[in-house]
Amino acid sequence: MSATLEEILAQALQQLRDAQDLNQLDLVRVHYLGKKGLFTLQMKELGALDPEQRRAAGQVINQAKDQFQEQLEAKKDLLQNAALEARLASEGIDVTLPGRGQAVAGLHPVTTTLRRISKIFASVGFQVVEGPEIEDDYHNFEALNIPAHHPARAMHDTFYFDAHTVLRTHTSPVQIRVMESETPPLKVIAPGRVYRCDSDITHTPMFHQVEGFLVDTDVSFADLKGVVYEFLRAFFEKDIQVRFRPSYFPFTEPSAEVDIECVMCGGEGCRVCSHTGWLEVMGCGMIHPEVFKAVNIDSEIYSGFAFGMGVERLAMLRYGINDLRLFFENDLKFLEQFN
Amino acid sequence: MQISEAWLREYVNPAISTEQLVEQLTMAGLEVDSVTPAAAVFSGVVVGEVIAMEPHPDADRLRVCQVAVGEAEPLQIVCGASNVRIGLRIPAALIGAALPGDFKIKKSKLRGVESYGMLCSEKELGLAAEANGLMELAADAPVGVDIRDYLSLNDNIIEVDLTPNRADCLSVEGVAREVAVLNKMDWSATQVETVAVSHAETLGVSVKATDACPRYLGRLLKGVNAKAETPLWMQERLRRSGVRSLSAVVDVTNYVLIELGQPLHAFDAAKLNGGITVRYAQTDESVALLNGQTIKLDNETLVIADDKQALALAGVMGGSESAVTGDTQDVFLECAFFTPLSIAGKARNYGLHTDSSHRFERGVDPTLQERAIERATQLIIDIAGGSVGAISNMTTAATLPQRPAVLLRKQRLEKTLGIKLADEQVIDIFQRLGMTVQTQLDGWSVTPPGCRFDIAIEADLIEEIARIVGYNNLPSSSLLMRSELGKATEAVLELDRAKDLLVDRGYQEAITYSFVDEEIQQAIAPGDDVVRLKNPISADLSVMRTTLWCGLLKAALHNTHRQQNRVRFFETGLRFVNKDGSTQQQKMLSGLALGSAYAEQWGVASRKVDFFDVKADVQALFSLTGTEMQFVPAKHPALHPGQSAEILSQQGDKIGWLGMLHPTLEKQLGFDTQVFLFELDQDLLLNKQIPKFKPLSKYPSVSRDFALIVKEEIAVSEIISCIKDSAEPTLQDIVIFDIYRGKGVEEGSKSVALSLIIQSFSQTLTDSEIDAIFSRLLATLTTKLNAKLRD
Repeated sequence: MSATLEEILAQALQQLRDAQDLNQLDLVRVHYLGKKGLFTLQMKELGALDPEQRRAAGQVINQAKDQFQEQLEAKKDLLQNAALEARLASEGIDVTLPGRGQAVAGLHPVTTTLRRISKIFASVGFQVVEGPEIEDDYHNFEALNIPAHHPARAMHDTFYFDAHTVLRTHTSPVQIRVMESETPPLKVIAPGRVYRCDSDITHTPMFHQVEGFLVDTDVSFADLKGVVYEFLRAFFEKDIQVRFRPSYFPFTEPSAEVDIECVMCGGEGCRVCSHTGWLEVMGCGMIHPEVFKAVNIDSEIYSGFAFGMGVERLAMLRYGINDLRLFFENDLKFLEQFN
Repeated sequence: MQISEAWLREYVNPAISTEQLVEQLTMAGLEVDSVTPAAAVFSGVVVGEVIAMEPHPDADRLRVCQVAVGEAEPLQIVCGASNVRIGLRIPAALIGAALPGDFKIKKSKLRGVESYGMLCSEKELGLAAEANGLMELAADAPVGVDIRDYLSLNDNIIEVDLTPNRADCLSVEGVAREVAVLNKMDWSATQVETVAVSHAETLGVSVKATDACPRYLGRLLKGVNAKAETPLWMQERLRRSGVRSLSAVVDVTNYVLIELGQPLHAFDAAKLNGGITVRYAQTDESVALLNGQTIKLDNETLVIADDKQALALAGVMGGSESAVTGDTQDVFLECAFFTPLSIAGKARNYGLHTDSSHRFERGVDPTLQERAIERATQLIIDIAGGSVGAISNMTTAATLPQRPAVLLRKQRLEKTLGIKLADEQVIDIFQRLGMTVQTQLDGWSVTPPGCRFDIAIEADLIEEIARIVGYNNLPSSSLLMRSELGKATEAVLELDRAKDLLVDRGYQEAITYSFVDEEIQQAIAPGDDVVRLKNPISADLSVMRTTLWCGLLKAALHNTHRQQNRVRFFETGLRFVNKDGSTQQQKMLSGLALGSAYAEQWGVASRKVDFFDVKADVQALFSLTGTEMQFVPAKHPALHPGQSAEILSQQGDKIGWLGMLHPTLEKQLGFDTQVFLFELDQDLLLNKQIPKFKPLSKYPSVSRDFALIVKEEIAVSEIISCIKDSAEPTLQDIVIFDIYRGKGVEEGSKSVALSLIIQSFSQTLTDSEIDAIFSRLLATLTTKLNAKLRD
């Protein structure tokens, strides 16, 4: 007769121990538990015994089988774990390598600045309106109380196409266009490109402005001051010092220049603020009665304020940019700093 | 305008520091641009007199001088200046003196002779950039007095940047008046006496243009010594006001202009032919100006003429032929009031700008002329002598500017400024500003003084109150506004979203000038009718762009010239083009890509960006609006004829272009790689479809792949349209997944592999039904496009 059960079991357990991988293990399993497996054959041989002996012998075989099965599962777990470990080890990568694909670029700092300005004003219901850049003399000057030979025209170095057509020198004509077509109350900001025939270290022939205005019954200079204060504090995200100085614009009266404490030196005085501690950031005032007259709004019923600011100037102060001309060179090394 | 602080303080001297004074002016609307010392810092220099002089024993050029400096004994000082002479009074730097540039004076030996100080030039004292010898002081300069005190050098030059409305402050007196108001002080105006007439001669004056010249005063001064030296004090005041000293008579007219704000002009009476006429120029009449220019006049230009010709541009500049020179003996002095309107813009039209035109076009006090001519007369005869003729006064009262009273309503004042002010305070402010106030039932009737051209309406008076109270003392209120619900327009995509998408796809936003180089513009869009600037800032920024590509290409070159070999830009903005007789300003969104498709990275083979990379970016923009666009092969002068597409909406609207820069232009512009460009009309691009819900099918979808062989010239879009046009109701989608040319496909043809997605809303499709659909489509494709199924 063939080997005893003990011998089979001992051999089986030894083979389990010797199995190197899951494939070998499976061969061992089939060798003992498969249809023609050694344990299976043992069970088949029971049929020859009488029932009494059959039960006792069956129990012994089952015990051996169970013991093998148990060891098999344990070994399987072991090998599976080892296989996973090996896979994980082999699949390791250098996670410090850079990611692949299209890189994200960025917006121009002027756009970023304009968006912030618009967002601040939109939050209190200002509507964003745009206007043409080639303007007629009427909207750019006349209707804004700047008649043909007004000295204030010398303040605007105007680009002309013909005697009556200009590149807008400011965003204020949008004020006129809106007031011509809509009735108060009005709350509008008008961002955009403006042009002056001037080019040196501190001037580019094109730059950006944001015009804002509000027309309603009972608008006072105090409201203007409040809006300007709150805007500047929101823009610079700082409880910044602000002062109003009397100034002159033909389309506002009273008119003011707005200074903020120098954001470079905190008001101590530096090169940027010409050692005054103050920086001029916008012009503003109460809309002039002549302007209301030009657009048929009754200045006895309505009053309003308007303000205008240079976007590049605000961007320069916000980001510490020291050369205006960089804005329009479009050097990627410059632009990418604001991505 | 720049003025001397010391001069200002002679009129009004508040007990405040220079800094406080400057702050006060700035905060009152007279913005101070700068404050600079009238002289560089130095000390230890006194007025000295050379009392004896002998040659240096060992040096030809040096002199050994004995210089009186107010001490018991004169000092021995060695000097090399050529103008040193006995009796000359000069600035003498004593031992221990510190000159500008930290130069200390010590006892020294010059070629063996001891020297106890230094005699100084204007340059050495920092008073002038150049000097020719020692600074010569007046013969009566007090010996021993500190030169800083003698020349009043402890002074500041205050540069005020005046707004055009404040013509009243274009003089020392004007600023003094303002300072007095701000400090609630009185001020003392220059005392002007009437000069006694000492000869009977007058020159005829006729004013033809009485509208433009309501007042003209003239006076003949005879026997004037035009070579007289302008006194040092006047030279110094002129210097500190930024005016160069020229000659006594001219210096006086300039001095009075700065002192009182009244421009004057002096003619050499001997050079006049007959009397003076104030008239408009005749067309094509010309005048030779003091600056050497000869200009041709138009008939709207006011001139001062004699019987023969135009002599001067009234209120702007005198003429060279009638100018006062060193030989002048008789002077005709002009002191006029020209209306702002008659002068405004004239100087600028002729490319001129003078102190005189600057004042007249902003408004000179029309009540000032008599006082000013008397003041100038007195100064001229004091300095240059001469006898005085009577004043010829041509005044047309009717055309003099009127200063009507302006009504200020108390309630309007309060409403505008958001503050209540005591009546006395309001009245006090107006009175101190030289205005006459009459109290009315509901406010005040205020009459401004002659010098205030800027006070004409109620708002002007409100501004004056606000200014003097101080803008920073006025209240500030938190905005309480009527608010309405905002709009949320869904049918228009926000441009910001489109910009963000391009940024996310690696395009950097650029902002380029709207005016461009005509050469580039012409090369890129030769057919466009450009809008041309009349006065461009430079030749390469002379026309308005008809495409944003001009600027983007230039910006890309800027970067490729700086070692950037991958550039992706986009820009939004207007293009300008003349069409049908008018200028159209069209909002565009444009982009450019060159270099590798992806930034250099590991693990991926590098390849150049191509048409389809950029097309994907453009299509991504369209997918934002849910609109389908057609890319139609078309030719554009700037683009490669085989790689350019015009983009049309389903309705056929022209949305824009996409393509590769034409190789000729690529080379011409200086690129060394292919450049891809797109430009889209913003309005059409941002037109958005509001999504409309379609029910979902409950039945499975099936995809069927096949490849068609078609002739090369059949565009894929034609295959897709053909399938779509067949209107199979179950067809959901068509995907192109391969294009193949080569083995197995005959030359001149291509294989297009497609996948059709089919799904019914009413049933699960059976194989035979799907086969039927497929056969129908194939039959159509064969008939219409001569397509064959590839085995």
